[in-house]
Amino acid sequence: MSNAGSAPIKIAGLTGRSLVVVLLVLATTAALPLVLSNYQLELATEMLIFGVLAMSIDILSGFAGRTSLGHGAIFGVSGYVVVYASAQAGFSPAAAILLGVIAATAVAIIFALLAVRTSGVYFLLLTLALGMIVWGICLRWTQVTGGENGLRGDVRPAFLAGHRAFYWAVLAATTVVSYAMWRFVRSPFGLTLLGIRDSESRMKSLGYNVPLHLFIGFAVSGFFAGISGALYALFNNFVSPSTVALEQSVEGVLMMIAGGVGTLFGGFVGAAAIIALENVVSAYTERWQTVLGLTFIVIMIFAPDGIIGALRAILPRGGLARERYKD
Amino acid sequence: MSAFQLLNGLTYAALLFVVASGFTLIFGLLRIVNLAHGALYLVGGYIGFSIASGTGSFVLGGLGAMAAVAAIGFVLDQGLLRFVGNNELRQVLLTLGFAFVLDDMALVIWGGDSFTVPIPHMLKGGMHVFGVYYPTYRLFVLATGIVVFAGLWLLLNHTRLGALIRAGVDDAEMVEASGVNIRRVFLVTFLLGSALAGLGGLMGGAFLSLYPSADAEILVFSLAIVIIGGRGSLVGVGVGSLLVGLLNTLGQVMFPELAYFVIFGPMALLLAFRPLGLFGRATPA
Amino acid sequence: MDRRQFLKSSTAAVAAAGTGAVPWRRARAQAAPIKVGLLTPLTGVVASGGKEMVEGVQFYLESVNHQMAGRKVELLIEDDASNPDTALQKARRLVEQGNCHMLIGDLLANTGLAVANYVKGTGTPYFIPIIAADDLTQRHRIKNVIRVAGYSASAFTHPFGDWCLKQGYKKIATVSQDYTFGHEQCGGLAQVFTEGGGQIVQQFWHPLNTADFSPYLGQLADLKVDAIFAMETGADATRFIQQYASFGLKGKTPLLGAMNATDQSVIRTLGEECDGIIAAAHFAEGSDNPATQKFVREYEARYHKIPSLYGFSMYSGIMWVAQALEKIGGKVEDRDAFIDAVLKTELVGSPLGKTVKLDAYGNPIYDVQIRKTVKRADGKYWNVPITSYPGVSQFWKYDPETYMKQPPYSRTFQGIKKA
Repeated sequence: MSNAGSAPIKIAGLTGRSLVVVLLVLATTAALPLVLSNYQLELATEMLIFGVLAMSIDILSGFAGRTSLGHGAIFGVSGYVVVYASAQAGFSPAAAILLGVIAATAVAIIFALLAVRTSGVYFLLLTLALGMIVWGICLRWTQVTGGENGLRGDVRPAFLAGHRAFYWAVLAATTVVSYAMWRFVRSPFGLTLLGIRDSESRMKSLGYNVPLHLFIGFAVSGFFAGISGALYALFNNFVSPSTVALEQSVEGVLMMIAGGVGTLFGGFVGAAAIIALENVVSAYTERWQTVLGLTFIVIMIFAPDGIIGALRAILPRGGLARERYKD
Repeated sequence: MSAFQLLNGLTYAALLFVVASGFTLIFGLLRIVNLAHGALYLVGGYIGFSIASGTGSFVLGGLGAMAAVAAIGFVLDQGLLRFVGNNELRQVLLTLGFAFVLDDMALVIWGGDSFTVPIPHMLKGGMHVFGVYYPTYRLFVLATGIVVFAGLWLLLNHTRLGALIRAGVDDAEMVEASGVNIRRVFLVTFLLGSALAGLGGLMGGAFLSLYPSADAEILVFSLAIVIIGGRGSLVGVGVGSLLVGLLNTLGQVMFPELAYFVIFGPMALLLAFRPLGLFGRATPA
Repeated sequence: MDRRQFLKSSTAAVAAAGTGAVPWRRARAQAAPIKVGLLTPLTGVVASGGKEMVEGVQFYLESVNHQMAGRKVELLIEDDASNPDTALQKARRLVEQGNCHMLIGDLLANTGLAVANYVKGTGTPYFIPIIAADDLTQRHRIKNVIRVAGYSASAFTHPFGDWCLKQGYKKIATVSQDYTFGHEQCGGLAQVFTEGGGQIVQQFWHPLNTADFSPYLGQLADLKVDAIFAMETGADATRFIQQYASFGLKGKTPLLGAMNATDQSVIRTLGEECDGIIAAAHFAEGSDNPATQKFVREYEARYHKIPSLYGFSMYSGIMWVAQALEKIGGKVEDRDAFIDAVLKTELVGSPLGKTVKLDAYGNPIYDVQIRKTVKRADGKYWNVPITSYPGVSQFWKYDPETYMKQPPYSRTFQGIKKA
């Protein structure tokens, strides 16, 4: 019922006004390093990275009706493999990233094999439990994962060491990945997922192999979460069990919801909102955890369709905003 | 496994049962996965600790913890959860946000030091059972677990309320159609489930101590128990608690490196083949 | 275009201010406050220790009227949430947004290592009175990460192993939290103890935040050892000590602890179950040294609790920094001179009542106290020294270079000499 407010997504190519909007957004974000301080730029980088994570969760949640509480683990596995491969095993950064994304996709495939036959709250619980297993392994397999202390190293190649260079690199990667996700959910395959979300039994009777579609959807979603995790590893040069913990999964889901389930690009809006909130609040009070908890509660009660959903409800139809978010 | 380790597993399972039975009652009837259950456990423990140290009475501590946590449960259910409808994702995240707030408030009120609920003199020390010397208090926890099981069994099987809860687990709409105010049954169940978390907090607080994040492990184990046992089944929680309690002990003794995997590995496999758990039943769509 | 031009020139101005290249800017910078970024876990599992870290720093700053070398001190406190990801983010904020001249703090090793990895790149001086990872003053030193008033994890357990031999102990079992700090503390004891002819019968490693110790206690009870060494911190220590007593092991097998296991942060909520536990440490709040007693008395009057390791270490750590700044006239902007001064400073007037200096590797040399928890006249428990090892090096009696050729202590390498 939470999706009642978001009308079915139309298929539209990048033409006309939407192209202009996309280019404007890109130009603005690309120009940010010129006005932001180093620290603000790092926050912006983080927002982009977590935006990709939130979008990857939205592929399952908004378009297949299955919300995963295990994506933090998939994201973190990629991070672990990237740091391990580059800092311990001596791979080049590019190879390390590739390995990280492959590992994350593999984990997602295992998750998917176990989870695709469940739905609703059981899907939540199972993905949560699978994420816990990954967390437990990262915590206890000390020889490889560094246990509690995690892994550190200089993962970022020298030419990306600067704040600006790294931001632009992440922006470029994010743009490509977002476009790929956008094309994915609008492909015939993505539409089938939407059909499954709306009525599984109907899709079954129409002859679709529902578990197979969900399986592929999960794997693709994990692939994108893996990319996000690899970027995060480059960003921090560091990974620890808290990167794969339940909190990470929950935060990703919250960002997705804050942006708006099923809006895809809402992931960025949600990530930006949550990260900004965490930073602003923790600067003023020790009780940031309370504020974060209250934010959860308020969003769930008052803005279940997320920021974009709320904007849609407020803004008059046909305006630029509608064009930008809905088309 | 030695008698000693068996007792360790059983007594831990008994505590887990008290906490998880409350969790599954709520999950079974209201279909709400209450991620604030661990925080309710911790806050219950803290309140029980304050009352028990202040009055010197363990029993008063228990009653106070149950009453206070039931009151917090009332706020959560009536003040917040009723506004998010039946959307499970919104429920889950709302309860998680509530847990954040509760934990943080507990940190403000009680500080971050570890506290241990004082136990009555007669429960201190140890006794010889099955040829081993064993702490009396842990045996008391085991006994309490059995009493709670028996009490819940009687409630569910031999009272009108129990009949309504059981019927509601299978089909809440049907119960409502027969003229019963199911909302009230829901509320009573929520309060009972919360009170059990509070009781668990007091009992656990006396031998596992209370500290920030003590809620997380209990919550995770409760989740595992409910997943293994199945939604809304009392026998399921019992079996689930025994499995998790014993596996946890066995895992720490035999496979310390795999501590968490020992519990969650089997659980994930089980869920893949029996998505509804060992004793869970499918509900009419 | 104009806007961009403006931005460029203002950035240049900021950069110039940062380096202090322009003379009049330097004069103004001198008058500006010294900014100290304090990273501490105010939430999460070690929140109570984190609160005391803040108290320790503030207690010192109050005593000097928030002035160091004639300059005002501005303290920026950030919560690392006991989480390394958060610690890293907060360190960035303190350095890049807060323009802190230095960072100090962190409690858990994983948070400290994450921040150390970050400041390696920025060059910001980072002081770690609590973070005890051996290699930060041994195999992987970072020039700007300095252990003022801190200690390396195995430095105190080396003499502790020696003390165990002197007690005539032949067999010891260890039980420890499974992370670097635990590996290093156990390793120090195990190496010295086994090289002196003792035997480590078994070692148990459990995850942090183990709720139920009964499975381990059951095994420990069956071992027939002369003593048990418990490497526990925080809530784990509380639980372990309590369950050790309730399972009847107390009174049967002597319990030895890491200094954190019998720290005030743990024993202040405990009763007689903590009585008589032996630990090795540089600080013993029950010492009859007048400087220690003065500190304990004043701290208790101010915060209504006996100071813990955290309060003491941070107090002494910031005092060390202040004494170094005095020597260079408060010129905190000159990082190299500042770091050099800190390394060369000998800490005087600390609660230890004895001058402390760093060895050639940046680790403080202390008199190590073998201390015992006993009941104070008012019924509270505290640690009283029973014997002392003067001037202990982090390398014990080994040659530093040879010592550092052996692998760092880990779960698999404990320096145990096979009999």
